[in-house]
Amino acid sequence: MTPLATLVRTPIDPLALVRAVSSPGNGAVILFLGAVRQVNEGRDVTGIDYAAYEAMALRELQAIVDEGATRFGTGDVVVEHRLGELQVEDISVGIAVGHPHRDTAYAVSRWVIEELKRRVPIWKREHYTDGTREWVDPSGHVAAESPR
Amino acid sequence: MTVTVLLFASYAEALGASSLAVEVAGDATVADVISNLRAHPGADRLPPMPLVAVNQQYADAHALVRDGDEVALIPPVAGG
Repeated sequence: MTPLATLVRTPIDPLALVRAVSSPGNGAVILFLGAVRQVNEGRDVTGIDYAAYEAMALRELQAIVDEGATRFGTGDVVVEHRLGELQVEDISVGIAVGHPHRDTAYAVSRWVIEELKRRVPIWKREHYTDGTREWVDPSGHVAAESPR
Repeated sequence: MTVTVLLFASYAEALGASSLAVEVAGDATVADVISNLRAHPGADRLPPMPLVAVNQQYADAHALVRDGDEVALIPPVAGG
């Protein structure tokens, strides 16, 4: 059986995620991919490294999948998050949802990514063209900066 | 008793470690662990009450800790 929530250090395979949630009853399959963006808040980004509190991140990812199944009545959800060094355009996260109907599939997909961003202990450090690297703090506080 | 404090990302850089053993009294709470951690160089760069997980589950400042617990300080998360 395909694990529902995984952390990987190799490239994410979107089609594998799609296959994992496809079934004769699922008339809608939604695939969401998050990718490394070249410009973030006005700064040129050359790459990102992702770090995690891996045991807890896996637990939280699995909890999100399980809660989503209860909340929306579907178990066909897979989430894969990549860790380590990524380049611009690399896929950092993939979420696939299968459901008989599209309305629910879209809703689950959106809910899963928002929950992931809210509570899964994963951090990213952006690498900038000027050689500096900085941990991204979406809450807006000052993050620690370190030279390369 | 001793708990293991785990540090990640900007917090690990601030304190120069990813894991620290912190001594606390027998009836200590999460807040007591943070308070004792303040003596460590670089801890002044932590927020007043960082988000914390005890044994991989989010916990509030009043939660009790036990000997050997894993107390993780969670910087603002940025997954996705």
